[in-house]
Amino acid sequence: MGESIVITSGKGGVGKTTTTANIGTALALMGQKVCLIDTDIGLRNLDVVLGLENRIIFNLIDVIEGRCKLQSALVKDKRFECLHLLPAAQTSDKNEISPESITQLVDELKPDYDFILIDCPAGIEQGYKNAVAGADKAIVISTPEKSSIRDADRIIGLLEQEELENPPYLIINRIRKHMVDSGDMLSVDEIVSTLSIELLGIILDDEDVIRSSHHGVPVAFQPDTKASISYRNIARRILGEQVPLMSFDEEKGFMTKVKKLLGMK
Amino acid sequence: MSEWNHYVTMKGTNNGIVVYLDDQCSFDFLLKELENKLVNNQTSGATDITIHSQHRYLSEDQRQTLIQLIGQHSELTVKNIESYVLTRESAYELYEHTTVKTVMKTIRSGQVHEVKGDALVIGDVNPGGAVHASGNIFVLGKLRGIAHAGVEGDENCIVAASYMHPNQIRIASKISRAPDYDVQGSPREFAFINPSTEQIELDQLQHIQKIRPKLLDVFERGL
Repeated sequence: MGESIVITSGKGGVGKTTTTANIGTALALMGQKVCLIDTDIGLRNLDVVLGLENRIIFNLIDVIEGRCKLQSALVKDKRFECLHLLPAAQTSDKNEISPESITQLVDELKPDYDFILIDCPAGIEQGYKNAVAGADKAIVISTPEKSSIRDADRIIGLLEQEELENPPYLIINRIRKHMVDSGDMLSVDEIVSTLSIELLGIILDDEDVIRSSHHGVPVAFQPDTKASISYRNIARRILGEQVPLMSFDEEKGFMTKVKKLLGMK
Repeated sequence: MSEWNHYVTMKGTNNGIVVYLDDQCSFDFLLKELENKLVNNQTSGATDITIHSQHRYLSEDQRQTLIQLIGQHSELTVKNIESYVLTRESAYELYEHTTVKTVMKTIRSGQVHEVKGDALVIGDVNPGGAVHASGNIFVLGKLRGIAHAGVEGDENCIVAASYMHPNQIRIASKISRAPDYDVQGSPREFAFINPSTEQIELDQLQHIQKIRPKLLDVFERGL
């Protein structure tokens, strides 16, 4: 029996969809059976980030309204057998489905998968309610911006009223080390202290993330970028491993090490 | 009415004239004697008086009758009507208003925690979150949102926090907000209305006994 996790943020554009795609990919890389559900009806993106846009035949609405079977709407990933996507409809809107129908859908998927990741739309209206209904756990994404933290705080408050197994987990996205150092961006500690929920991971602002979503290949595939390591660490933490937070510091070059040895720096 | 009754007694006290009303006779007797006294004694001058009904409960109608009667026959004005008795409702109201309501959670953005009486928050009040209380507000955590003490108009209420860094503090009808430049919060402070400036001011928590010595006095609060 799998567990369902909703990925939400309140604010738009903080990286819900990218995070869903990458955590899904990272979990699949570790051999888990994963199903991603895009509940952002009318503004679907998850298929694009995964590079599966061309393979969509049926969608979430088709399944809920009984126009097709659940199995035939699932899109298999190009790279993995064990990663599936249930795409959102592009032509309907969020009010056409009810939280109950999503719950039913997720319950139907649970026996076949280890993880079901639900990509939530921005906002706290119907779309959010639909997405959260089917979830056992929740991950809240925030960037180190004040507005994003405010919205994350609001969402956490709303999630606390839901019947979730645990309090929501936090992922802080797009951290810029030099800005944190210069005091122009909130630090991880400040954000965690404000939101007071468990930190699941941090992701540095990385051009590779944008580059890979442009090519429709989640960054988690790459073996060595900071972002991909962050996503994999998050996946390992979801599976229950204890993984320390990645340090921000740049790798020191050979010459700096020598200089440090000589006491010049 | 020829016989002389002692249903109505007037006494001068430190707080001005107090009119004691007997609590055993009927209300009509009281009215008659009060009228007699007012007409015959010809109390001169306009002073404030207090009516004390002792163990008699006066309904709102009876209070109005008394106030009207006194207004008709003299220049006295009724400042206050006191009594040893309370209705169950007003006793309950007073109890609600003077007890501490504890909550153990983080008040997050968009959440409003409303309380009758004093609010004790074990946790933080985050930016965008609000606590409204008819009494005082105590935050055992960081106050970074909005705290409104004395929502029903009690200007003696205070807001105290382990760490004070609020968006706004409101007490009764006064509002004060954080300055436009970036400020650090400060530990263990409380906010109160300074009667001389009529502004909300902040001070260190250890000065609270000096500034609000009667903070927890039930009789100071709405009896």
